[in-house]
Amino acid sequence: MKFTISSLTLVSLLVLIAPSKAAAFTAPDRGRLLLTGGVSALDGAGGGGLSTWALIGGLGTRDSFGIQARHTTFMTRDYRLTSPGVSLGLFNRLEWSYARLRLDETGGALEGARIEMDSHGLKLRLFGDAVLDQDQPWPQVSVGIQHKRNRGIQGLEGAGLRKATDVGARRNSDVEYYIAASKLLLARSVLLNGTVRFTRANQFGLAGFGGELGDSREAQFEGSIAWLLRRDLAVGVEFRSKPRNLALDREDDAHSLFAAWAPTKHASVTLAYANVGPIVSGNATTPLNRSDQRGVYLSFQLGY
Amino acid sequence: MRTYRWKQRSAVVLTAWTLALGLHAGSASSAGAAPPSLYEQLGGLPAIGKVIDTFLGVVGTDGRIAPSFANANMPRLRTLLIEQVCEATGGPCRYSGRDMKTSHNGMGITELQFNALAEALYLAMEREGVPYALQNRVMALLAPMHRDIIGP
Repeated sequence: MKFTISSLTLVSLLVLIAPSKAAAFTAPDRGRLLLTGGVSALDGAGGGGLSTWALIGGLGTRDSFGIQARHTTFMTRDYRLTSPGVSLGLFNRLEWSYARLRLDETGGALEGARIEMDSHGLKLRLFGDAVLDQDQPWPQVSVGIQHKRNRGIQGLEGAGLRKATDVGARRNSDVEYYIAASKLLLARSVLLNGTVRFTRANQFGLAGFGGELGDSREAQFEGSIAWLLRRDLAVGVEFRSKPRNLALDREDDAHSLFAAWAPTKHASVTLAYANVGPIVSGNATTPLNRSDQRGVYLSFQLGY
Repeated sequence: MRTYRWKQRSAVVLTAWTLALGLHAGSASSAGAAPPSLYEQLGGLPAIGKVIDTFLGVVGTDGRIAPSFANANMPRLRTLLIEQVCEATGGPCRYSGRDMKTSHNGMGITELQFNALAEALYLAMEREGVPYALQNRVMALLAPMHRDIIGP
């Protein structure tokens, strides 16, 4: 139902912006500068690895479009996250994205379990051009909506756990909203991003939405700073806060160090070291896995 | 507990932004003792001349933009580009051409072409040995011209 609304929004926006551009809408132009579309964030939308940015994914200009596909893996001591995703950027104005997230528990109390989630997103650039408006103080600002659907838990049927709601979440799917600001300070070779996300997702939605400790959307922050070292190479830090709704999970904020390298306009590799805090830590009466989950995050992206 | 987490978060976010803004402001505050201008750091007119020569060579081989310059008076264009970069970077030149809006009016320059020019200039500066951070400072001065150059 909610995804239908997203689709309708997409269609109506296309109807609004497409006619004037129809003449140029023939092929992707890859016309924006290298790395100025960001890479693909965990949730699927264009951004860094952890955080979503205001930039429209891909390198299509205002007259064109771009399509991207990515594959991301994140390995921690007890978990392996794999995530393929695709996105479409239109007229440097609108971005559609889809990602599947698959979390395999390779160790710890819930070894053998697998959780999958779908994430559909739409992002609309409201105003500003983070790259070209170098003489203006305002950033590029975008708003976005993401529909996340947890597809359930496999491997713990014996314990009666099949859905996120079986571990305390209030719902298995949800819609979240965000507003993002990005500014390239070209004279400093620095890219700044800040995002406020209204969400009740537990562990990005992999542990459902809402819980015993809270079931309303809260403002959570995402921030990142990237230093451009070369035309094809950026390194940076990211931070992303997460709500804490589940009695069985002392969820904590996530942060990372990353390097993104784009050898061509058609390919990029992002390597990061991320710490997303404990996942399903348990609590005082039921301790499960209190270790911070940190490890190497690797994402390959192709675009046309 | 919640309050603590919010404070912690706010602290991290504030620290990050302060750090970034500090870096941003750093150059301004350390600029007290008349630092060399960007023009001087680039190597003055001889270096800018080389960059523009290389730039025009790159432009001539880029199918996205070469046609736009097919009928241009190249020596005149070269002079104007040198004047423009020289003046923008704080050098002792005066741009003697028509303003960007007038000179590109009706040409229907696309964002693709504007960015292709930027890429050509990046490439030219790289080939002429201009450090990347300086390349970006030059670009930061020229990028705002997009409003006057790109057609509606």
